[in-house]
Order: sequence, then C-alpha cells, then structure tokens
Amino acid sequence: MITLGHMLTLSALLFALSVAGIFINRKNVLLLLMCLELLLLAVNFNFVAFSRYLGQIDGQVFVFFILTVAAAESAIGLAILVVLFRERRSINVEELNKLRG
Amino acid sequence: MFVEILFYAFAAVLLVSGLTVITSRNPVYSALSLVLCFVTSAALWLLIEAEFLAIVLVLVYVGAVMVLFLFVVMMLNVNVERVRSGFTRHVWLGVLVTLLVIGEIVGVVVARQLGVDPTRGGVPLAPGYSNTTELGVALFTRFAYPIELAAMLLLVAIVAAIALTMRKRRGLRVQDISAQVAVRASERIRIVKMDAERPQ
Repeated sequence: MITLGHMLTLSALLFALSVAGIFINRKNVLLLLMCLELLLLAVNFNFVAFSRYLGQIDGQVFVFFILTVAAAESAIGLAILVVLFRERRSINVEELNKLRG
Repeated sequence: MFVEILFYAFAAVLLVSGLTVITSRNPVYSALSLVLCFVTSAALWLLIEAEFLAIVLVLVYVGAVMVLFLFVVMMLNVNVERVRSGFTRHVWLGVLVTLLVIGEIVGVVVARQLGVDPTRGGVPLAPGYSNTTELGVALFTRFAYPIELAAMLLLVAIVAAIALTMRKRRGLRVQDISAQVAVRASERIRIVKMDAERPQ
C-alpha cells in the first residue's frame, strides 16, 4: 500500500533535487527553466497526494491550474530566452546586465 | 506488495532522471531526462488513481512543453563549456541546500502536524468511480470562473510568445498579394506610338 508518507517523501526529494539544480546551474537560463518545471512537478505531487488521501477532488483541480500556469510560464520564458539569445548570443545569467543604467 | 514494488521502481527512475536533469553536461540530455521524469510521474499518479491528471501530464508536458524546450535547445546552439564553468564551485552550496530542504520537509512529515496520518493509505474508491467525471464536475461547476481565467491566461501566453519571437527581416523578397490582385492591364503594358524606322 502506498501511503501518504511515501508520496510526500518522494516529492520532498524531488523538490530538494530541483532546488539544488537551481543552485548548481545558476548560469544557464535554459536549465534554470527546466529546474523550475521539476520544482512545480514536485509541488503537484503534494497536491495530488493530499487530494487522494483526504478524498477531496479540489487538490487535483489546483494541479490543473498549476499545469496551466506552468505551461504559460515556460512558453513566455522560452520566448524571452530566444529573443535574448538573438540579441546577445549568450544565455549566461551573469551577462544579463543590459538594464543597468 | 506489487503496487509498492512498482512505486519504488518508478520513484527510483524519477529521482535518477531528476539527478540527470540537473547534472547533465548537454542541455538536450537534460530535456530528455525531464521527459522521463514526467512520464514516470504520470505512472506514479496512475498508481495513486489520479488518472486524468496523469494523462494530462503526458499530453501537455511530454507532448507540448518539452517539445518546445527541445526546439529551443536545438535553436540556441549554446556553448556548453563556457556556461558550465563554476559548476564545481556551486555544487557544495547545492548539496547543502538540498539537505536543508529535505530535513525541513521530512521534519514536517514526521511531526504529523498535517491533520492527517501520513501512514495511512488512500481513501477507498467506490466501484464505478471515475476520476475524470469527478474532476470535470468540479471544474465546470464550482471552478467555472477560474477555468475561464486559466483559458484566458493561455491565450495571453500564446499571443505574448508569438509577439515576442516574431521579427521582420530586412531585404527579404516576398510577394505583395494585394498589389498583385489590384493591378490593371493598363499598368502592365505601355503602348508607344512612333514612326517606323529604317536601318541605317
């Protein structure tokens, strides 16, 4: 039997992994976006697990909305990334200082 | 017992592929590992009987978002080695933060302050229960306005993404269809009246 603790622990591990990914790949915007997707997936795990183990469907509805927002976020993020690369020929976070006066 | 074995197998695949996402040298491998992450997550959600969301995860993430990621990775042609510099310098910070976050979340789970016993299984579902029906009823009654907002958000995201990446190229020879259609015969040929000429 898969218990709530199983799911929560797995999601905690996944969340921690993606936070570590954000720290490790702090120069590459593309990998930062991927780590963000992984982070949202870990959060969705919590929502689905609690929805299932409390017998309420609302958590799954929230996962639906999180998926929507994450899809919109990655579409716009990647569009910005493409424009940025066209402009600067680089996706290094440390070179993003063009707004500085 | 069988379900638990499946759970541990999928969880192991999920964590290993997540590790590959964050440590891979090549962004294409990272994207493909992320695809594997989403597929195994869908399998895990199927195991705890959240069928609709599992299918949505495969359709939306594997089918759309990750394909977008792969396209962008291939379009950008990133200089991997230059971006990767400083990897080993930050890895200890990453490990530290990882341990911290794991400690916090496991502390929350162990402390049992969740209002629900973490060692119990899921609520048993009635025979003939349909996850999709249940979710659809919730979405189209109590969450009708939020789902319209979500649809609006997706529309805005589409418009924004297209508006950001579209560009006018200079010096491109394209057809001007309206000019072609609106042209009249008198503009095409010029009739010149002149006397006949004889060769010298």
